[in-house]
Amino acid sequence: MSIRIIIPIILLTLLALVPFLTPGLQILLTLALAKGIAVMGITVLLRSGQVSFGHALFFAVAAYGGAFTLMVIPGADLVVVFVFGITAAVLTGVAVGLFVARYRFIFFAMLNLAFSMIFWSILEKFYHYTGGADGMRLPRPTVFGMELERGPYELIMFYLALIMALGLGWFSMRWLESPTGQLFRTLKTNETRLQYLGMSPQRVMLTGYVLSALLCGVGGIIMGLVQGVVTPEYAFWVRSGEMVFIAVLGGAGSVPGALVGAAIYEIVRTYASAFAGDIWQMVLGTFLLIIILFAPGGIAGIYNSVMDRIAGKKEDGE
Amino acid sequence: MNLTLFLLALFDGIAYAALVFIVAVGLTLIFGVMRILNVAHGSLYAVGAYLTASLTTFIVSAGLPPIFAFPCMLVSAILIGVVIGGPLEWLLLRRIYHKPEVLQLLVTFAIFMILEDVQRLIWGTQPIFQSTALQLMGNVRVFSVNYTVYQLILLPVVAVALLFGLRFFLRRTLSGKLITATTEDREAAQAIGIDADKVFLLTFIVGAGLAGLGGALASPTTSILPGIGADMIVLSFAVVATAGLGQIEGAALTALLIGLGRSFAVYVWPETQVLVPYVIMVAVLLVRPEGLFGSPSARKI
Repeated sequence: MSIRIIIPIILLTLLALVPFLTPGLQILLTLALAKGIAVMGITVLLRSGQVSFGHALFFAVAAYGGAFTLMVIPGADLVVVFVFGITAAVLTGVAVGLFVARYRFIFFAMLNLAFSMIFWSILEKFYHYTGGADGMRLPRPTVFGMELERGPYELIMFYLALIMALGLGWFSMRWLESPTGQLFRTLKTNETRLQYLGMSPQRVMLTGYVLSALLCGVGGIIMGLVQGVVTPEYAFWVRSGEMVFIAVLGGAGSVPGALVGAAIYEIVRTYASAFAGDIWQMVLGTFLLIIILFAPGGIAGIYNSVMDRIAGKKEDGE
Repeated sequence: MNLTLFLLALFDGIAYAALVFIVAVGLTLIFGVMRILNVAHGSLYAVGAYLTASLTTFIVSAGLPPIFAFPCMLVSAILIGVVIGGPLEWLLLRRIYHKPEVLQLLVTFAIFMILEDVQRLIWGTQPIFQSTALQLMGNVRVFSVNYTVYQLILLPVVAVALLFGLRFFLRRTLSGKLITATTEDREAAQAIGIDADKVFLLTFIVGAGLAGLGGALASPTTSILPGIGADMIVLSFAVVATAGLGQIEGAALTALLIGLGRSFAVYVWPETQVLVPYVIMVAVLLVRPEGLFGSPSARKI
């Protein structure tokens, strides 16, 4: 087995053992995984050459969907909350997607930003329903009918996030290789050719867009359930920007890169916020510029080139 | 809705449209010439507002006559164009013209993130209010409505002057014609000896300066606080997209449309005031994807 496969397996095993080895990191990594799943949504879109400055919209819609479910059905089951939250994100994705799928590049990015800003101001202004800037609480749901204490609940959420991250990551990678995914990637390389093949680029774009909305939604609902509260900040452009940043950091278009990028980002942020809390956006912006100008492959690109070098040396030695 | 409220909404709308137009025209000028959407445009607007407020406060506290508040605005706008806009184009944007559009968007977005924090570092998070210029010009009475001269007369006059000035500059002066030529076809323009790099630099400085001017003119009318830059970039993009990217005259009309729509919403259904500009934009784009005044571009195959 090559070292290229061994390293991810070791990392995954360590990750799965985190609740037993270093329980202090458990919550942090749950949030990182939730964010990583959302970032995969951006990553998928990047494969079609598009970037969205407003995907926090779906992140927030799912979390608010979960909060409303818990308000209407007190003590609802985790599965119910999860399904309702994600359904809300997917439906929003279809509605917004039908409109934005006709656009590319600047319009695509900015229209997404506009939609997320609209949702953000609705959340802030209609506080009778949404709780305004204070947001809404997500009380702990029951899990398969069981009322859980905080400890076991958080443990379950960690493994749920891990399974979701791996499952959806695998699915996204498979989807990108599927016929539909290939068409989706053609949007980046040659959209005109797609039309000559008799395909509708809008429909292909919409499919990918809904997938990205779903991924962001899953991330959002996990984040909301773990934090126990959802605020309009979930939909703010800062969060969309953060997601775009992590996607570029992980490696534009690399699905595993999104997860690794999110983990590194969260850990650095937790420890660096004491020193750089006030200038966090500035630090992110600077790093974004550095990555784009000097290391466009991101973490995935660096990893691959290091692995290539190791593999190359081995071949030389033999 | 009685006459008083109607007039108030009308005046609010005109004053607001004038400000939005000044910012949006910079955005659309930069896009029209350089094919880059400057996401950091809103931050330049915010810095312009902050800078003017600080300069004015300084002048008033130094005992100088308050009339100097007006030169302060011009100084801030020029500073923003030359000190921030110039180096941005020269050091950063120049490297990315040949790169994919996604990367161009990401670079200006990164600048936006950086500038948002720079503002907070320099001016803090407390709202700043500096209305010397507004008070200096007094009020005017129209029918039964008292309104500030600054907002009702000065802002629209500046906006209209800018519109015609820009038209004149682009069509009648040599530098303007050089810019138009480079916009039409960069390679052909370079082939006949136009320094395209210089044209781009000049355009970006002017565009950034306009964002700064918009902020400077807005500063006496509103309290300046973090986040106004993000609001402004989305709003001015809505104006520019509704008009059609690169359309200067169109931007003036859509700014008026969106400004009036928003101010009437304030009096009729206040919760929706933030939504109105986007509803107008989405409605227009659904019918005309290239904007009200844009023409569909020929597809390259």
